[in-house]
Amino acid sequence: MDFYLGLLQILGVHTLLGLSAYVVLLTGQVSMAQAGFYAVGAYVAAMCTAMFGMHILPAVIVAALVSGALAMCVGFPALRVRGLMLVVATLAFGEMVRLFFFNLRWQVDLGGRLVGPNGAEGFRSIRFFPENGWDTGDVALFIWGIVAVVMAALWWVDNTRAGAVLRAVGHDEVAAQSIGLNLTSVKVTVMAVGGAIAGLGGGLYAHTVTHIEHGVFGVLLATFAIAYPILGGLGSVFGTLLAVIFVQGFLVEGLRFIGDWRSLLFGALIVVAMNLRPTGLLGERMPPLRKFFKRNDALKAQSTEAE
Amino acid sequence: MLTLDGISKHFGGVKAVDDVSLTIKEGEIYGLIGPNGSGKSTTINLITGLYAPTNGTVLLDGQDLTSMAQHDRTALGVARTFQNIRLFGNLSVAENIWVAQNGQEQRRQHFMSRWFKAGGKQDQNIDELLQFSRLYSKKDLMASALSFGEMRRLEMARALASNPRVLLLDEPAAGASLEDGALLGERIRAVRERGVTVLLIEHMMELVMGITDRMAVLNFGRKIAEGTPQDIQSNADVRAAYLGTKHKNEEPAHA
Repeated sequence: MDFYLGLLQILGVHTLLGLSAYVVLLTGQVSMAQAGFYAVGAYVAAMCTAMFGMHILPAVIVAALVSGALAMCVGFPALRVRGLMLVVATLAFGEMVRLFFFNLRWQVDLGGRLVGPNGAEGFRSIRFFPENGWDTGDVALFIWGIVAVVMAALWWVDNTRAGAVLRAVGHDEVAAQSIGLNLTSVKVTVMAVGGAIAGLGGGLYAHTVTHIEHGVFGVLLATFAIAYPILGGLGSVFGTLLAVIFVQGFLVEGLRFIGDWRSLLFGALIVVAMNLRPTGLLGERMPPLRKFFKRNDALKAQSTEAE
Repeated sequence: MLTLDGISKHFGGVKAVDDVSLTIKEGEIYGLIGPNGSGKSTTINLITGLYAPTNGTVLLDGQDLTSMAQHDRTALGVARTFQNIRLFGNLSVAENIWVAQNGQEQRRQHFMSRWFKAGGKQDQNIDELLQFSRLYSKKDLMASALSFGEMRRLEMARALASNPRVLLLDEPAAGASLEDGALLGERIRAVRERGVTVLLIEHMMELVMGITDRMAVLNFGRKIAEGTPQDIQSNADVRAAYLGTKHKNEEPAHA
């Protein structure tokens, strides 16, 4: 049972990581920096609880704010470049963050025990959950509560004008500018929101594993982050969720029994999935829920266009 | 109301637009014609701010737009369409208009109701524009599913969504038949009826000559003539630009 609850935790934090890339990707920006923001969130939240004795909830909120603020600062210079140049720029930023934590040593003495990030050794004893008697189920529930809030918020935004604006910018920047949209503010805003969500995910991740080190937050994780929304489709937040379940639940965990061949099959299955569903598992458009609430549009249209 | 004062745009050594000045009056339909590559689209791009001019100024009601960001120009009332249609194919017809509501009035709305109003697609202004463009029955279709003519109409409706004061149309009749051109003429007049000044770039002479009040002719980035359609039709320089001159050594641009 604990295995499945543990898996549920992994799915939760990866969903947040994927959603952080989803938001940015909606505006057409391929950001490889999400693992960097996730790392910042992980270290900041871990510092808050392990070094300064904060509760987990304010800790992850602080982590989200710090990551979001950092993402905003990165957003201004990074978003001046597009396409592949942006990929390279964000990739470089991600590596910069990783190497920052590789070099960061800042430990405090808590009752004879040194706690804090210790360079290549990583940050050990992030033990908020065990110290406070949360079991695996509690943690999974907590994580999924946060995931549900984030997903609901993004789903709601997607249905408002702001959501349509993001998709418009993602489709054609020149046209979006011509209709009076401020590209810089749109892009920087989504970078900040994406960074905050990644920070939230990272903060939770740090506490589920109790030990974090720089190596985890490398290019591979950044690739995963951007792969989720691409694989799942940009139609809605559920595409990303489905892709996380497919990748982490099925490809990573479900195929363990085939041993070393897993990595090979992993890549092959993603290729197959993208070939069968080129616009992502759930497609580019939101499922037409609206049709259930359809008004008498057809009638109205007939009467107004009768001429 | 819209004034270009000595505006130039050079790309390296190419003078795409070279010292062009013109004034468009309120409520006018103003034509801008010229052979391919004469700088017409570049002129529109200079007015909307897609390009920064090398020299010169753009004024709207005496206000200097030259160094203003594109979205600020939209707010002041500049809107455009594109020569090669640029719709948001991933959005529905109604949503294409919805996202374009960035005019001065619309910007004054409360932040939440401007960006996060749920069900905002049921908006009177959107419905009105859809009916104006005869697209109401297609409002929930993806913009990418429209026919070519419908796309052109939607693009114009989208440009009108910000309640512009001046609408810049970049070859709206490209790819249209003569009959469609006549219908388009009616639509452009209807746009003027809404109180919008129109700058029309067009190659379809029947259309331009039929509906514009005044027009200017560009050749090699320079304005070579300006006047009513009648004036232009009888202008020797214009004929030379379009048909060539008898004297092959004479450069029409500087004739």
